[in-house]
Amino acid sequence: MCLAIPGKIVAEELRNSLRIGRVQFGGIVRETSLDFVPEAEVGDYVMVHVGFAISKVDAEEAERTYELLEEMGVLEGELPPA
Amino acid sequence: MKYIDEYRDARIARGLAKAIANCARHNWVLMEICGGQTHTIMRYGLDEILPRQIELVHGPGCPVCVTPLETIDRAIALALRPEVILVSYGDMLRVPGSDLDLFRAKARGADVRIVYSPTEAVTIARGNPDRNVVFLAIGFETTAPANAMAAWQARREGLANFSMLVSHVLVPPAIRALLASPENRVQGFIAPGHVCTVMGYQEYEALVRDFALPIVVGGFEPVDLLEAILMLLKQLEEHEARLENQYVRSVSCQGNLPAQRIMQEVFEIADQKWRGIGPIPRSGLRLRSEFAAYDANKVFDLELITADEPAECISAQVLQGLKKPTDCPAFAMRCTPENPLGAPMVSAEGACAAYYHYRRHARAS
Repeated sequence: MCLAIPGKIVAEELRNSLRIGRVQFGGIVRETSLDFVPEAEVGDYVMVHVGFAISKVDAEEAERTYELLEEMGVLEGELPPA
Repeated sequence: MKYIDEYRDARIARGLAKAIANCARHNWVLMEICGGQTHTIMRYGLDEILPRQIELVHGPGCPVCVTPLETIDRAIALALRPEVILVSYGDMLRVPGSDLDLFRAKARGADVRIVYSPTEAVTIARGNPDRNVVFLAIGFETTAPANAMAAWQARREGLANFSMLVSHVLVPPAIRALLASPENRVQGFIAPGHVCTVMGYQEYEALVRDFALPIVVGGFEPVDLLEAILMLLKQLEEHEARLENQYVRSVSCQGNLPAQRIMQEVFEIADQKWRGIGPIPRSGLRLRSEFAAYDANKVFDLELITADEPAECISAQVLQGLKKPTDCPAFAMRCTPENPLGAPMVSAEGACAAYYHYRRHARAS
């Protein structure tokens, strides 16, 4: 129920004074409300829950976390098995 | 898919599991609050790759599971009225009410429609001006802004045939209630990443302080959860109690302010009953009086007698992390997702359903 999925904004428009984006999840594109993420633009990734973007994915943080984790994974992989 | 695949990387997960094993010296009981996280743990068997010192218990963070029986009964009674279209998230259809569930009500001719987004409920009301459209608005803080938008939009358009049956719950008061219980065994919490995406995590500082235990805001992918467990473990082994954020790519300290604004405009905090747990003070949301015209409890006059829960069902203990689904004698025998005795067997995020789907063999052996 609290699932939110990351998707990429590929287009946006104003409809009835609400900001609606077309957001791509893998091969699927869905209409998504962008009213809660005024800072997000076309090309950005957003976390989407029940048709509403609830955050803009912080690309730098994601990159940093992933690099850190990958480093650790590789390091651990090089250690002999316990 | 970007921001998903890398957080399911088996190599990194193994690295984290090893780091956890190296760090664990004492026995610890950790709870993930959110049912989505429980689902990930079972789906990827994360509990099985953890060292035996770490026990994961599952929290009450499944909105479908904790929606009060009375609310389900109300929804069913409304759905059975010929003038009503009852609109719901799909997960709610098989949740047992006193006599029926919404799915069986639908089979009896009730007009029950499933939506993915609350805006669709408003669209249905717009397209059916001669019918009364009732939206069963359930959820945690993650869903509250979206549900609030439905009421806000209906009021803006002056839709007279739209109302909401609201059952909204809040996470921090539930954590407080669990920790204050004399039966509590939990020593560290993984806070729900999407609830915190909306609300931020300032509210959790008081819990860390009052109960002197670590809380880490965690994401939903296997790597996220393993990293959150490692962060908790490092604190526990060092006798520290701090609030940390693992899910930085989505969660900020102050959360999503536009989402919080619409929530506060439409809803106010209220006492709330949790199915299986009981009443928890100030742990829910109800529509503000300005939105009374959209409150199904006020629009419709309903007198209902609610039955007791089946005595055999131990969902109350499961929802509080006191028992595991497999401790239940009815599990996978008299209680299955097709014929659930209790709500946690219904939703994909219910602990019982997650155990059923991913490790039924454990019970059979």
